[in-house]
Amino acid sequence: KSSVQTIGEEQIQNPYTELLVLKGHQDIVRFLVQIDDCSRLVPMSYATVGIFQILPLVSNVFVFQTGEKLFELHGHTQKITAIAPFSSSDASEEKKHLILTASADRTVIVWDCTTGRQVQKVSCFHSTVKCLTVLQRLDVWLSGGSDLCVWNRKLDLLCKTSHLTDAGISALVELPKNCVAAAVGRELIIFRLVASNDGSEDWSVLEVKRLVDHEDNILSLVSVNDLTFVTGSHVGELIVWDALDWTKQASECNFWDSSVHPDVQPEIKLSQSPNETSVQHLTSDEECVFAAVGKGIYVYNLQMKRVIACQRTAHDSSVLHIERLPNRQLISCSEDGSVRIWELREKQQLPAEPVPTGFFNMWGFGRANKQANQAAKKMQENAPVYFLELVGDLIGHSSAVQMFLYFGELGLATCSADHLIILWKDGERESRLRSLTLFQKLAQNGDLQLKF
Amino acid sequence: MISAPDVVAFTREEELEDELCSEPPLPEEYSVPLFPFASHGANPWAKVASSKFTRDFILISEFSEQVGPQPLLTIPDDAKVSGTFDLNYFSLRIMSVDYQASFVGHPPGSAYPKLNFVEDSKVVLGDSKEGAFAYVHHLTLYDLEARGFVRPFCMAYISADEHKIMQQFQELSAEFSKASECLKTGNRKAFANELEKKLKDLDYTRTVLHNETEIQKKANDKGYYTTQAIEKANELASVEKSIIEHQDLLKQIRSYPYRKLKGSDFHPYEPECALDQANTDCDQDLTTSDLAEPGETQLYAHVPSYTPKLIKAKSAKCFDKKLKTLEELCDIYFFTQTLDQLHQIERTFRGDVCYLLTDQISRALLKQQSVTNFLFEDVSFLDEKPPEKQYRGCQGLSQGAVDRKCSEESPTPKVVISLGSYKSSVECVPIKMEQEIEDSQEPKMTESVTFEHQENLDYLDADIKGSISSGESIEVLGTEKSASGLTKSESQASLPISPSPQTGRSKVGSRRTVSEDSIEVLSTCPSESLIPEDFKASYPSAINEEPYVDDEEGGLRFTPKLNPDNADEQEDISKQENLVQVDSACCIGKESPNFLEPLPDLGQKPCDEDGVVRIPPQPHRQVEPGLRGSFGGFPSHDSISGGLLPYELDSRYLTGSREVSKNSLDECSDSTSYISSAASTCSDRTPSPAHLACQASERHKKKAGQNALRFIRQYPFAHPAIYSLLSGRTLIVLGEEEAIVKKLVTALSIFVPNCGVYAKPVKHWVTSPLHVVDFQKWKLIGLQRMVSPAGVNVLHALSRYSRYVSILDADSKTLRCPLYKGTLVSRLADHRTQIKRGSTYYMHVQSILTQLCSKAFLFTFCHHLHLPISEREPEESVVNRRMNFLKLQLGLANEDIKIVQYLAELLKLRYIQEPGQGVNPLLRFDYVPSFLYKI
Repeated sequence: KSSVQTIGEEQIQNPYTELLVLKGHQDIVRFLVQIDDCSRLVPMSYATVGIFQILPLVSNVFVFQTGEKLFELHGHTQKITAIAPFSSSDASEEKKHLILTASADRTVIVWDCTTGRQVQKVSCFHSTVKCLTVLQRLDVWLSGGSDLCVWNRKLDLLCKTSHLTDAGISALVELPKNCVAAAVGRELIIFRLVASNDGSEDWSVLEVKRLVDHEDNILSLVSVNDLTFVTGSHVGELIVWDALDWTKQASECNFWDSSVHPDVQPEIKLSQSPNETSVQHLTSDEECVFAAVGKGIYVYNLQMKRVIACQRTAHDSSVLHIERLPNRQLISCSEDGSVRIWELREKQQLPAEPVPTGFFNMWGFGRANKQANQAAKKMQENAPVYFLELVGDLIGHSSAVQMFLYFGELGLATCSADHLIILWKDGERESRLRSLTLFQKLAQNGDLQLKF
Repeated sequence: MISAPDVVAFTREEELEDELCSEPPLPEEYSVPLFPFASHGANPWAKVASSKFTRDFILISEFSEQVGPQPLLTIPDDAKVSGTFDLNYFSLRIMSVDYQASFVGHPPGSAYPKLNFVEDSKVVLGDSKEGAFAYVHHLTLYDLEARGFVRPFCMAYISADEHKIMQQFQELSAEFSKASECLKTGNRKAFANELEKKLKDLDYTRTVLHNETEIQKKANDKGYYTTQAIEKANELASVEKSIIEHQDLLKQIRSYPYRKLKGSDFHPYEPECALDQANTDCDQDLTTSDLAEPGETQLYAHVPSYTPKLIKAKSAKCFDKKLKTLEELCDIYFFTQTLDQLHQIERTFRGDVCYLLTDQISRALLKQQSVTNFLFEDVSFLDEKPPEKQYRGCQGLSQGAVDRKCSEESPTPKVVISLGSYKSSVECVPIKMEQEIEDSQEPKMTESVTFEHQENLDYLDADIKGSISSGESIEVLGTEKSASGLTKSESQASLPISPSPQTGRSKVGSRRTVSEDSIEVLSTCPSESLIPEDFKASYPSAINEEPYVDDEEGGLRFTPKLNPDNADEQEDISKQENLVQVDSACCIGKESPNFLEPLPDLGQKPCDEDGVVRIPPQPHRQVEPGLRGSFGGFPSHDSISGGLLPYELDSRYLTGSREVSKNSLDECSDSTSYISSAASTCSDRTPSPAHLACQASERHKKKAGQNALRFIRQYPFAHPAIYSLLSGRTLIVLGEEEAIVKKLVTALSIFVPNCGVYAKPVKHWVTSPLHVVDFQKWKLIGLQRMVSPAGVNVLHALSRYSRYVSILDADSKTLRCPLYKGTLVSRLADHRTQIKRGSTYYMHVQSILTQLCSKAFLFTFCHHLHLPISEREPEESVVNRRMNFLKLQLGLANEDIKIVQYLAELLKLRYIQEPGQGVNPLLRFDYVPSFLYKI
């Protein structure tokens, strides 16, 4: 019944009419990072020995090379678990682009992107580093495993926490005032970095607060702005936090709970496994948080503190990654191998049917459903109603699309469990660029002159 | 109106038989009378009715020292071919032309027998009484037992069409030279072997004799020699002398100048990769000349173990002994190689000359379209004669010399117009040593001069035949070797530069009827007793290939040069006329010594005022007339290729009786057997020529064309399917039976544009589920439909990727693909087309696709269609301009635009591709709805 919305073969608004398949990985490609403004792309392969740096798009409009493989980075002996770009901002030197990679072999390697060489290797970890975060402002980077370590550019260990948990830190996000939030299991731990004396290398990291509001493991952690950050858990809880005093601003825990909704049959609930309610990924803009929950996509408005639009079954299976585009569009990718482009539209007249899923609690879980429901309905009436419309889908991968990276007008890069990376581009634009290149080359070769 | 024969031909298409048979036959009185000679297998355009053979053939003859000229073998080796044609008589004729034959042997005064490395001579000979015209290639082979150690042979390409011989002279010469070179290489090897055996025999004999003398000496203590002993001593002495002689011969044969190895393709059968082995393999007792190429040494050194026997010191040169056969004279490997080559030559040149000409012309033209020709042209054509191919024979040899396994290796298909032939002709350009420096300084100039001469040669070509009429005379039209080769004949020198070809030809025709007999020598290489040093000195200066390549590409360029040069030419006429006298005298005069070294003034005369060295003209080449013809000149060939038209179009009317068609079908050997009987219109005296590049691709073309014809007649939705292919949307042919699917794929493959220089993006048969990468790589896929669970996956993948593909279901005869409303494809694939033959249809498709390419080219390379004229111009106006151009200028409607846009994209990609990298195949697609078509 709640079948996936489909779009026909005619997709006028879908700009992606050209694709380029990049091969090179031998295993699942799980993650992509953009290194620099030149739109270099580092895909992270899930279980391969090496990772590949691939240059798909060059920002220089005039030389538009496609899909050229620059380097293969070999160094790790086990699967790579985290990857982060790290660009040095020394005023004196040229900008130097580095990448950090962490692996299950308990090492972190720093690579130079311009040469493809290994710069340095750190192998003093007690556990697998699961996340890497660069604090540009402090010029340090953090590695999160079973403990949290702080490193400087020269790869000196500045300080570290005590052993936190065996499970390890699954996500890190930078907060204001030299703080970081680390997701450890179901807990959210706030750390503060302190550089004790000026100039000295004496750093310390303090645990400031532990937040235990989530009922299950925290899967996603994203910073919205300087004042707020959001977490999402495996059982579908979404909590909005104040980034300064680490208090809960709002929470939403029943995304999936459609029982409150009159249209939907109650038995659906039975079929729902926790997997289908987990908050896989979060993204945000200034107004809204977009959550990939199970198979659906939900748009949560921070001001109104409620879900303003949703697509319960946006995909055939779990949505793995979503991203907000500047033009009110949203892209999602899923385990079913498809990538879909959505547009958030305002519904003009009818107050309507399935829109707001519902039901949210403010400052706690204690209130009765009915009240909340009514409150929600009231709010609905005077607030604009939104819905997500499918404007296009991209089909190319034959297996789960793990992640994608949006390069603005240059296009879109998707990576997948089928070992492929696909670059999606605007065919018209590409054609124009090729013409430009063509005439440049003609002029270069001197073929434009008439020859007799 | 003329439908009777038409219908006959038509009904023989298998699948149309039923519907057409139902038509009532025309009343007798309306049917067109059949061509009266149809039963003889002739056609009204058959040029010479008087010839006694049915098709072109190659004849190898020998001037036997025992029985005189005798034919050895013909190619094809079939008694029917020569028919009643008197091979013995003709052998006598062609062997008698070889004035060099008497030139070989011991030069008087030399101590030892001296081998002459005789250049082959190339002669054109006409015998209008017999209706036979021949290109005759004389060569000499070495035989230890023969008189003067040489056996004169000749290979002749005999045709009833003198135009063919004349116009293809250059090509024939090049091809035969290769064959001859192969034969001679084998012969030298065999000869060296022979010599070594003989030396061992002699050595053995000497030992035996020596022992006998010693015994006698010991037995004899009287102090004086018996007559027996003296006899023995004499015998020993003569054996000693014989040994020295033979060693000298061996040294000579090994010092054969391998100059041609450097000239790349001319000499494909020479080993050159055995440098390392040479040292180890060298025979110990042999004083190998340092001039000998190591490869050759290695070659000769490979001698099977041989037990020497006692021989008589003086070999009896008696007439009762059996002469070696040609096969024995050459190494068997080389002999079969040569035969293969000759067969290839025969296949290449058989049939009407207009085929050859049009083919050569179109090739030359296509070569120039380097930007677009990759789209629909044969890959094999585009990179014809890749360097590694040239040496295939060579590699085969070096292996063959070791283990003799490679004799089955087929020879490289020959290409008549190719860089190769250019090079080889360059190679022959004789430049005297004192001109060497000058020449190397101005290669460009020299080269252009050569071209212009060739131009003239082409013009004059038609009139060469005028000389056919001249009774029993022998005319030397030009010699390749002498510097005075500029001169052709008196008659041509006085000719205007652009004669009307018609008049020229008619003149020829009328005169021919009067003529009795004639022999023409178009070009000969004077035989010289070549000392290796001579070659070494003169050869490097003669190589100058690159300018040729340049000019070949810019075929347009030399057209404007014609006129200035004409004036030049006129000025030279008088000089030339003088030269002619000298030259022909030289040639006819028997081995006059001054002929060997061209007179110094002859060398100087052909210099221009500006000091450019004049090079004797190459025997004419076919490219130039073709090009000129297409650029508005009136070359003599125009009339010929014009003649193709009625023949080609009306030929079906000739097919009066099925017997005829049967006959010619039988005659058409391998290359035509698969053509449906419509091909029987090929009722020329000989089957149509097997085209140059490779037979396989030719066959493929015909087959594909035939299948495509069938496809467009059978399937009403052929148009959208073809549109899919042309617009770059992958078409999948789905079916259970492999044969059917493959057939469809073959048929449709002719519409698939190439993406790069590689093979067409066509996959004939796939059984596994498809991925997006496949659509990126392949544009036409044959897919197996299976009932098994695996088949479900296949179909699932298809429905998943349905936006990228059109699906042609061969089993249920449906097509799922986007709508097509354009007009272009209907011209390309009209199901009511009158074209019957696969190859004709293929050509039709090619011509329309070429038109399309030119549109795409225009579209791609118009600057303002893609880029704004001024900085501030908005993108929309550029788009508008682009669409207007496509619609109004190129006259494209609806979906046709997408075809041109796709082709333009391919052109762009190809052009901007960096040489080092491969093209990243892009997959471009549209979000357009598909429709299901049913029959």
